[in-house]
Amino acid sequence: MILEALIGFTFLAALVVLLAPNAWAGRLALALSAVPFVGSLYLWSRFDAVGNALTGGTIAFESRYEWVEVGGRTVSWFVGLDGISLPLVVLTTFLVPLAILSAWTPVDTRQSQFYGLMLFMEANLLGVFTALDFFLWFVFWEAVLVPMYFLIGVWGGPRRKYAAIKFFVYTNAASLLMFLGFMSLTFALGDSIGSLGLPEITQAIADGGLEPWFGISPGRIAMVAFLATFAGFAVKVPIVPFHTWLPDAHVEAPTPVSVLLAGVLLKMGTYALLRFNFTMLPEQASALAVPIAAIAVISVIYGAMLALAQKDLKRIVAYSSVSSMGYVILGLVVFTEYGVGGATFQMVAHGLISGLMFMAVGVVYNATHTRMVGDMAGMADRMPVTVGILVAGAFGYMGLPLMAGFAGEFFIFVGAFGAPALPYAPVFTALAMFGIVIVAGYLLSAMQKTLFGPFRLETDYEVGRAPFHDVAPLAVLLAAIVVLGVAPDLFFEMIRDAALPVVEGVSVDV
Amino acid sequence: MSNALPAWSALSPALLLGLTGLALLLVDTIRPNERSNTSMAVVSALGALASLSVTVWFVVAGTGHADTGGAITLLEGAVKVDTLALFFTAIFASVTALVVVAAHDYFHDHPRPAAFYSLTLFAATGMALLAVANSLAVVFVALEMVSLPSYALVAFLKKNRGSVEAGLKYFLVGALSSAVFLFGISLVYAATGSLILGDVASGIESLDGLAGIAGIGIVMIVGGVAFKTASVPFHFWAPEAYEGAPAPVSAFLSSASKAAGFVVAFRVFTEAFPLGASVTAGIDWALAFAVLAAVTMTLGNFAAAVQEEVKRMLAYSSIGHAGYALIGLAALSSGSPGNEAVMGAAMAHLLVYGFMNTGAFLFVALAERWGVGRTFADYGGLAQRAPVACTAMAVFMFSLAGLPPFAGFFSKYFLFMGAIENGFLWLAALGAVNSVISLYYYSRVVRAMFLDDPATASALDAIDVRPTALYAAVVFAAVATVLLLPGFGPVIEAAEAAAEGVIAASGSF
Repeated sequence: MILEALIGFTFLAALVVLLAPNAWAGRLALALSAVPFVGSLYLWSRFDAVGNALTGGTIAFESRYEWVEVGGRTVSWFVGLDGISLPLVVLTTFLVPLAILSAWTPVDTRQSQFYGLMLFMEANLLGVFTALDFFLWFVFWEAVLVPMYFLIGVWGGPRRKYAAIKFFVYTNAASLLMFLGFMSLTFALGDSIGSLGLPEITQAIADGGLEPWFGISPGRIAMVAFLATFAGFAVKVPIVPFHTWLPDAHVEAPTPVSVLLAGVLLKMGTYALLRFNFTMLPEQASALAVPIAAIAVISVIYGAMLALAQKDLKRIVAYSSVSSMGYVILGLVVFTEYGVGGATFQMVAHGLISGLMFMAVGVVYNATHTRMVGDMAGMADRMPVTVGILVAGAFGYMGLPLMAGFAGEFFIFVGAFGAPALPYAPVFTALAMFGIVIVAGYLLSAMQKTLFGPFRLETDYEVGRAPFHDVAPLAVLLAAIVVLGVAPDLFFEMIRDAALPVVEGVSVDV
Repeated sequence: MSNALPAWSALSPALLLGLTGLALLLVDTIRPNERSNTSMAVVSALGALASLSVTVWFVVAGTGHADTGGAITLLEGAVKVDTLALFFTAIFASVTALVVVAAHDYFHDHPRPAAFYSLTLFAATGMALLAVANSLAVVFVALEMVSLPSYALVAFLKKNRGSVEAGLKYFLVGALSSAVFLFGISLVYAATGSLILGDVASGIESLDGLAGIAGIGIVMIVGGVAFKTASVPFHFWAPEAYEGAPAPVSAFLSSASKAAGFVVAFRVFTEAFPLGASVTAGIDWALAFAVLAAVTMTLGNFAAAVQEEVKRMLAYSSIGHAGYALIGLAALSSGSPGNEAVMGAAMAHLLVYGFMNTGAFLFVALAERWGVGRTFADYGGLAQRAPVACTAMAVFMFSLAGLPPFAGFFSKYFLFMGAIENGFLWLAALGAVNSVISLYYYSRVVRAMFLDDPATASALDAIDVRPTALYAAVVFAAVATVLLLPGFGPVIEAAEAAAEGVIAASGSF
C-alpha cells in the first residue's frame, strides 16, 4: 500500500497546487514535494527485495489488484520495487523538490499551474519506475509526456512551441513503435501468459513460450520486437541518431524542467532498455551486441563533439547528456555484473550531475540573461559560490574521483573492458574512454571563457550574488554527488544484487 | 429483482424520457408566454437522469441478462429489452442529460427555448426505442422518431442562416436515406416473409433463389445505418449539420444519434442476418462493413486534418470515430469466439466517446456562448482566461486521440486488440495509423488554447461570463473521461455481456 500512498499523495499534491493561488504556489509545492522524498527514504530503509523483480526475485512493497481483462489476459495495478527501481525512485523524489526550489526565481507567470504540472509529472515518473504490469507502465510512461509538453510549451524560451511539439511528436511516435513491438511479442506468447505482468512475460520468454504468429517464426518476432522497442527507447534516451529533439527541448525548457528532463526523463529510456530489451530479450541483445556497442560509442564521441561545437552553455550540457547516455548503453550491452550495475549507477549519478549543471547554468542565466559563451567572462568574480559549485559539477562530469560520476563510469569501464559477451570489448571501451578527454576539453574551455578572467558582461544593471534559494539546491546536489561518490555502495550493493540475474540470463560460450 | 415488476416496466427508461418530453410540451402549451428556461432545463435533466438511474439499476440487477431469465420480449416480439438495449440506453440518457444541462446556458437569451428541451427528449425517446426494437418495422418507426426532432433541432436557430441551411441539408439527405432504408426493409421482407428479426434470420437460411433480393435489401439497410452513424458513403451531411447546428445539438447528434445508428447495426445485423447464413447466401455484409470502416476512418481523419474551424474538425473527427466503431461489425467472423470481445469493445468505445465527444462539442458551445470565434486561431490563449474549461477540453482532445492516460486509449486498445484476435490485423493497423494522424489535429486545439497567444489583444475580453451549467456539464464530462480509465473494468464487462446477448440470441451466428 505504501507505493500507492506515495503515488496517490503526489497526484493529490499536484491537484492542490493547481488550485492554489499563484502567490504561494511555489512554497506549497516545495513543502508538498518533500513528503514523497521522505516517503522514498522510508522505502529505502525498509527495502527488502532480493534479486531482480523480473527474473523471479523477491519484490519489495509488491501490491497487485486486478483491473480489467483483455483477450484472456488480465491487466493489473501491479507495482513493486527492486534494486534497480528503488535508486531511480529516490532520485526522482530527491530531484523534484530541488527543481521546484530552483523554479522560484525564473518562473514568474501562472505559478500554480507550473508547480502543479511538475508534481503531476513526478507522480507519473514514480509510476513508471514502480509499475510491473506492462499496461500500467505504459499508461504512466505516456502520461509523463503531457505535463512535459505544457511545461516546455508554456514556460519555455522563444522557440518553445517548436521545441514542445518536436518533443511530443518524437517521443510519441517512438512510444507507438515500442508499443507495437511489445504487443507483437505478447501475441506471439499466446497462451503461455495469463497477464501482462512483466515478471510473467519475462519468465515465459525465458521458458521458450514464443510461438509462431501469423506465420512468422518466434525468433524473428523476438528480433523485430527487440528492434522496435530498442528504437522506441533509443529516442527517449536519446541515442544518436535519434537525439535531435533533445537540444531543442533542453534549450527552450525553463531550467527546472531541464533539470527533470535530463535528470529523470532520460533515465526512463535507459531504465526501459534495461527492463525490456536487456532483461526480457537477452539473446537478441547479445546477438546485436556489436552494433549496439558501436551506436553507444558513436553516441559518446559524437555527442561530445557536438558539445564541443556549441556556444550556448545549456546546449553544451544537453549534448554532453547524449554523450553520457552512451556510456550507459555500453554498460548495458556488455552483460557483466559491473557493466549493467555500473550503467544503473550511472543513471543515478548522471541524474544528479546533469541536474546540478543545468541548475547552475540556470542560476547564472537568471543573473546575466544570456547563456552564450562569448557574451560573458569572469563570472567567478560576481557569483563566487554559484561558480564554485558549477566548476565542481563540471569536474564531476569529467569523472573526478570521489564524485558519483567517477564511480559510475569506473564501474562501466571495469565491466566493459573484459566483457566476454561483447566481441572486441577492449576496443569499444578504449574508444568510449576517449570521450572523457573530449568532455574535459569542452567543459574546461567553456568555463575558462565564461567564469574566469576579468569580468565582462554588457548589462544596464549590477550583476550580484544569487539569492539563497537559488544556491541552496546546488549545494544539496553537490553534497549528494560527493556522498554517492565516496560511498557508492549506498546504491551499488542493491543495484548489483538486481543486476546479477540479468547478467546470468545470458550464457556466453567462451 | 425485476421479476417482481410487470414486464412492461422494462421499458421504463424509454417511457421516462418520453413522458418528460410530453410534460414539457404540455407546460409549454398551457403557458406559452411564460419563458422558463431554467425550470425546463431542470425538469428535462431530471427526466434524463431518472431514465439513466433506472437503466443503471437494471444493468446492475441483471435485467435481460441470461442469468436472470434472458431478454424480456413485449408486443408479440416486436420489442426486446436485453443487455444491449440497456447498455445503449445508458449512453443515450447520459448524453441527453449533459446536453440539456449545457443547453440551459447556451439558450440563455433565446426567446422560446422550451421546444428545444422537448424535441431533445423526444429524440432520446426514439433512441431508447431503437435500442429495444426487435422488428424491422419498429426499427424504422423509431429511426424516424429520432430523425424528425433532429432535423428541427439542427435548424433550431431559425434566424441563423447556417443553422437553417444545415437543417435543410440534413433533412434532404435524411429523407433520401430513410427511403433507401425503408425500401431495403421491404426487399428483405419480400425475401424472408417476416419483419421480426429472429424470423428474418431463419428466412435468410432458406432463401430459395431470393438471395439477390435479400442481398440488395441488406445493402440498402447498410446504407441507412451509414446515414445514421455518419459513415461513408452517407457521411457528407455530418460536417454541414454539425457545423451549422447549435453546438449542444451537434453534441447530441454526434454522440447519441451516432450511437443510436450503431445499436441498430449491432442488433439487426447479428440477429436478423446471421453472418454464416448470409455468407452462404452470397451476402458478406461483414466485408462491406470492413470496407466502410476502412474508408470512413481514413476519410474522416484526413478531412479533419485540413480543417481550420474547430467545430468542423470535430465533425470530421466524429466521422473518423464512426469508422473505428464500425470495426465492431467489420471484424466479426462466423463462429469465432472473439466476436463478443470486438463487438463489446466497439460498444465500450461508443460509451467513452459519448462522454469525450459530447464534452468537446459542449466546449465549443461554451466558446460560442462567449463569442470567441470558430477557428483554431480564435481559440488562441483561451487557457489564460479559462484554465478549467480548457483543461477539460485538453482531456477530451487527448482522449479522442487515444493517448494513454485517458479512457479513449483503453477503448481503442480493446477494439484493436479484439480485431487482431479475430484475425483482422489490417483493420487494427489502419486504425492505429489513423489514431496517430488524429493526434495532429487534436493537439492543434490544445496548442492553440495553451501555447499560442490570443489572436488580438482584446480577444480574451469576450470571456466575460462563467455559465455555471455549461461549465458543470463540460467538467463532468471531463471527469467521466478520466475516471473511465480506472473504471473501465465494469464498462467492458457490461459491453461484452451486451454483445454476448445479441450474438447468443442469433443462435447460429
